[in-house]
Amino acid sequence: MAKKPQIAAETRPWRDPDAQPFVRISGVTKKFGDIYAVDDVSLDIYKGELFCLLGGSGSGKSTLLRMLAGFEEPTVGSIAIDGQDMAGVPPYRRPVNMMFQSYALFPHMSVAQNVAYGLKRDGLDRTAITERVDELLSLVRLEGYGKRRPDQLSGGQRQRVALARSLARRPKLLLLDEPLGALDKKLREQTQFELVKIQETLGVTFIVVTHDQEEAMSLATRIGVMNEGRIAMIGEPQDIYEFPNSRFVAGFIGSVNLVEGVVTEDEDDHVRIRSAELGCDIYVSHGVDCAPEQILWWAIRPEKITLTREPPEGDANVTKGTVEDIAYLGDMSVYRVLLESGKRLTVTRPNLHRSDPDGITWDEQVYASWGGFSGSVLTS
Amino acid sequence: MRRNWLILSLTVFGFAFLYGPILSLIIFSFNDNRLVTVWSGFSTRWYAELFADTQILDAAWLSFWIAVASASIALVLGTLCSVALVRFRRFRGRTALAGMASAPLVMPDVITGLSLLLLFVSMESLIGWPAGRGVGTIIIAHTTFCIAYITVVVRSRLSDLDLSLEEAAMDLGATPVRVFFDITLPIISPALVSGWLLAFTLSLDDLVIASFVSGPGSSTLPMVIYSKIRLGVSPDVNALATIIIAIVTVGVLAATLLQMRRSARKSS
Repeated sequence: MAKKPQIAAETRPWRDPDAQPFVRISGVTKKFGDIYAVDDVSLDIYKGELFCLLGGSGSGKSTLLRMLAGFEEPTVGSIAIDGQDMAGVPPYRRPVNMMFQSYALFPHMSVAQNVAYGLKRDGLDRTAITERVDELLSLVRLEGYGKRRPDQLSGGQRQRVALARSLARRPKLLLLDEPLGALDKKLREQTQFELVKIQETLGVTFIVVTHDQEEAMSLATRIGVMNEGRIAMIGEPQDIYEFPNSRFVAGFIGSVNLVEGVVTEDEDDHVRIRSAELGCDIYVSHGVDCAPEQILWWAIRPEKITLTREPPEGDANVTKGTVEDIAYLGDMSVYRVLLESGKRLTVTRPNLHRSDPDGITWDEQVYASWGGFSGSVLTS
Repeated sequence: MRRNWLILSLTVFGFAFLYGPILSLIIFSFNDNRLVTVWSGFSTRWYAELFADTQILDAAWLSFWIAVASASIALVLGTLCSVALVRFRRFRGRTALAGMASAPLVMPDVITGLSLLLLFVSMESLIGWPAGRGVGTIIIAHTTFCIAYITVVVRSRLSDLDLSLEEAAMDLGATPVRVFFDITLPIISPALVSGWLLAFTLSLDDLVIASFVSGPGSSTLPMVIYSKIRLGVSPDVNALATIIIAIVTVGVLAATLLQMRRSARKSS
């Protein structure tokens, strides 16, 4: 559901070196006592982006979000929003609104009063407030729910009230802390779609914190993967998945086969890596920044490996193993292939036919092969 | 069958134990006889006598105002104390404050009364205030121990309050003071009401501490009743007690009805 790629510079301002970032986080560190919650993070976010901060618990993503909202002050570093330095600006003076993970709806106020709260603080007159509240409730498809109390709503409805309330003051930047975390799977997929639609309609910049990689992949224009308070990688969903920059990122997003190897040939247009774990040579069809004899890692996604009964041509990028296990998932099957070295490869194959009597089955000898551009060479 | 009998007799016994004394008090308040324990016919003469007794009425009025004043002052101070203890996790003397705030809960009244008396006497000789003892010193004394009860009640409610509610309000443009009055206060208001009522009752009820810190012309209702009883139980005290019970019953019933109606509306 990410934005359709159009003209690169228009929809992907991060690829334009002259573009001005809307949010600039530079060298931000946050310490709680002796613990670094956020450690020297620098990040530029552009107008109209839907940026996802992705990480496990304790990775510092929520702390970073709270610093943007103004609930925490950075220990070191600075945050600028729309060119304005945010140091010392309290939450109630920032052009930013936040949607809380618990939704934080005021229990003693009706839905309409909840949505109107921020507008009242802005000193709008009564008719303008009523108009805006109606507009917002219809945006989140909750017309007629204005008089209800939060405890009379379902989880999905509460989530939408929280969204409407956070959008009420037309913030330039909306922060969303696990916006879909409390919803069940079906509702989540549906809401994901709506969230993107609302974001595109309003053109507000969204920063979403999530631990759910699937959510991040489908929502985001760009993802920032966080680990132990640091940004491990920033990139478009496709970059993060196909070209991870480290073993952490490769392993965190999706499933991956990771092997260790030694560089035996290092040329400008190709690299050859010998891997004892795989029991074969890996031929990488592009240059890599490495040195001969260097030990490094090579990662390949399960769907990029082909299984065949007959040996494919060529001496590299093919290894032999036995099918140890097959997990049938409906749309695809996951094969576990045991190599001679004892290493297990995970391979997925789409189930193109409703039944395939001649398909590869348990305990069969198979050849696993892949193309020269299929894997990623990782040096860290 | 036997079980039912057991439960029934236990219930009867329990109710008799709780309400028997009160019931006999109410009945004997309508007794015509001067001797409290001898029944000689229905009469409301003690009520008439009570309303003619300015000493008791004045004392009741005084006690009421002392209770209102000390409960209200204690409500403000106790709430501030709870906010400090719950919201500001680290400050110098936090442990000391937490300890001191709950000390009056476990302190015997005699000790509290005596220590306050000593304090007032030495303050008077040092700075000339409070000049003598009276209503003012009783209110101060009652406020000190009421703070403890209110802090206990409000503090537990406040620590249950989701912090992100306050943050959300602040995020929507409310200054911290606004947040307190718009969000925090309404949400903890049930605790404030029950804390105030508790403090009010405790103040109205207090005999020991008031005896220490009161002065001439500032006898509270419990003090007056106690001094009357020492000369023998007089039936007009029964009448007074009956009136107080009536007021309390009406109050409790009203509160229960209100609560029931509110929960009925919530579930609809």
